[in-house]
Amino acid sequence: MQVRPDRSRTLSGTPVEKVYTRDRLSDFDPSADLGDPGGFPFTRGIHADMYRGKQWTMRQFSGFAAPEETNRRYRYLLEHGQTGLSVAFDLPTLMGYDADDPLAAGEVGKCGVAISSLADMEELFRDIPLAEVTTSMTITSSAAILWAMYLVVAEKQGADWARLSGTIQNDILKEYMAQKEYIYPPRPSMRLVVDTLEFGAGNTPKFNPISISGYHIREAGATALQELVFTLGAGVEYVKWAVERGLQIDRFAPRLSFFFDVHSDFFEEIAKFRAARKIWARLMRDRFGAKNERSWKLRFHAQTAGVSLTAQQPRVNLVRTAIQALAAVLGGAQSLHTNSLDEAYALPTEEAALLALRTQQVLACETGVIEAADPFGGSYFLERLTLDLEKGFFEQLEKIEAMGGMVTAVENGYPQAEIARSSYEFQKSIEEGRRRIVGVNAYVEEEHEPIPTLSIDHTVAEKQSAKLAKLRSERDNAAVTRALDNLGRAAEGDTNLMFPILDAVRAYATLGEMCDVLRGVFGVYSEQSAV
Amino acid sequence: MSAASFSTSATPIRVLVAKPGLDGHDRGAKVIARALRDAGMEVIYTGLRQTPEQVVNAALQEDVEFIGLSILSGAHTAIIPRVMKLLEEKEMDDVRVVLGGIIPDEDIDAMKRLGVAAVFQPGTPLESIITFIRENRRDREIS
Repeated sequence: MQVRPDRSRTLSGTPVEKVYTRDRLSDFDPSADLGDPGGFPFTRGIHADMYRGKQWTMRQFSGFAAPEETNRRYRYLLEHGQTGLSVAFDLPTLMGYDADDPLAAGEVGKCGVAISSLADMEELFRDIPLAEVTTSMTITSSAAILWAMYLVVAEKQGADWARLSGTIQNDILKEYMAQKEYIYPPRPSMRLVVDTLEFGAGNTPKFNPISISGYHIREAGATALQELVFTLGAGVEYVKWAVERGLQIDRFAPRLSFFFDVHSDFFEEIAKFRAARKIWARLMRDRFGAKNERSWKLRFHAQTAGVSLTAQQPRVNLVRTAIQALAAVLGGAQSLHTNSLDEAYALPTEEAALLALRTQQVLACETGVIEAADPFGGSYFLERLTLDLEKGFFEQLEKIEAMGGMVTAVENGYPQAEIARSSYEFQKSIEEGRRRIVGVNAYVEEEHEPIPTLSIDHTVAEKQSAKLAKLRSERDNAAVTRALDNLGRAAEGDTNLMFPILDAVRAYATLGEMCDVLRGVFGVYSEQSAV
Repeated sequence: MSAASFSTSATPIRVLVAKPGLDGHDRGAKVIARALRDAGMEVIYTGLRQTPEQVVNAALQEDVEFIGLSILSGAHTAIIPRVMKLLEEKEMDDVRVVLGGIIPDEDIDAMKRLGVAAVFQPGTPLESIITFIRENRRDREIS
């Protein structure tokens, strides 16, 4: 039986009508709902002149193998016009294990670069002046430690912390919900996040100490609305915890940053970004009483949807990515990563990574989409989608608040179950032909033409382990022990952990050693694994 | 009930779905686990970060016919040899191992030589996985 593709719904399942007219916007008030670009509630963008004044940062996420290899890739990307760095760490680094830990077997340098100590971090940024680049680091459970390593590298380069600009991901709630690279239980993890927010407010005024991330939530299978709900819901939770710590909202809120997925449903994605800005502005001003306009503005990085890339006919991924990137720009992103066409198979080759960067450069130079701010503003269809996402958000937020907030919801597995349900529904819609994906269940080619892929040097683990052995024999081990003891005592108390972490980093304590201390105090988390 | 329900092939197939290594991307493992369950199989999902020892012990205790491993991080080259060796040591060679995730073409032969029954790369339809498992059960005696 021929199944008719379900064309009348968005990618997230929202029904779409044949045409949108003024009648569909009876509840729309242009002055309250839209405003002007750069003005409350920022639906149309956070800057009055948008990309004319400041183009988005082209920030390609990259990292693999040993720090030396990744350093070479960074310098290559910077030479070819990339404007910011974005570090991908390998799984042992994300999970707080050194490269020579038995649990790291087979994983060192595979999904990102392997960093076990300050010495590796120095190698990673060799000849890259940290005062002049902006660096985003995709690190969460061990974020405080990796950030401390970055700060010490900057210190050694003579760069003033007050001038450093960049972002650490540090969004622990999305780890429990989606990415699952958690180490400690939620509550001590939240304390570490608030420690970094507090430290940042006092020491690194231009650095974003968190990137509240919907990307992983969406990639794990959430709908566009769920991505908004769980991401901005997490944002609300961080703000509540920081305010409870005694931090004044306008001291830290301007430095909260966001990270969203940009998926294939063109209009739904643009609406999502517009709704996100509007929701956040209202929450911050009206609910939390922030007075500084910068606290109201939701700034975000976007990445094209890795999950939309197909292994079949992989070159078609270039087209998907270009269209997704266009949606991010029309949605007003501050920073963008475009995926490479070979990423259904492996980390990208240099050639594929360059092509992905070129995609952004074509958008910026050739298409004219950067000239007028929020060019779709006032579209009946787009404003309807934006309003519906906003309404859906506040209904869902109320439900989460009734559960006791995001930390409790996460402990009870609520977002996890909702995301798993959506991802299964999505997969079934493809299997049943209700949704068509080119190369997967439409326009299928029998021939499979292989593309070149990057393979990781298998000796990375050995090399990194040898470096660690050398480090452990050459450093002042008494100083390391003292620093680790201090860290343990601080963790048992309630002082800010960034300072003892910085001291341990300066003494060349390793990532694994510091995380072991914290694991000892905080315990480790494992989730209920329901299907 | 149809007559087929009384034949050996109608005893539910027991499958252990496991996610070894440090990676937490469990979307695929969970979708597969649900799909196999919806196809009438008895599915045990181990959860994240299982060592090869934990996977094999769970397979033994749960008396499964199949182990489905989901690996996306490139760690299959370290994990699969250990799993296969442990199965051999415990004389569990009646348990068939299938592997899914991001497994490069050039590693497939090596995985099969180690004894992996099938490798499902990105884009494999759920139906082909279900069919493979149904058609590749080993005959088991009814106790």
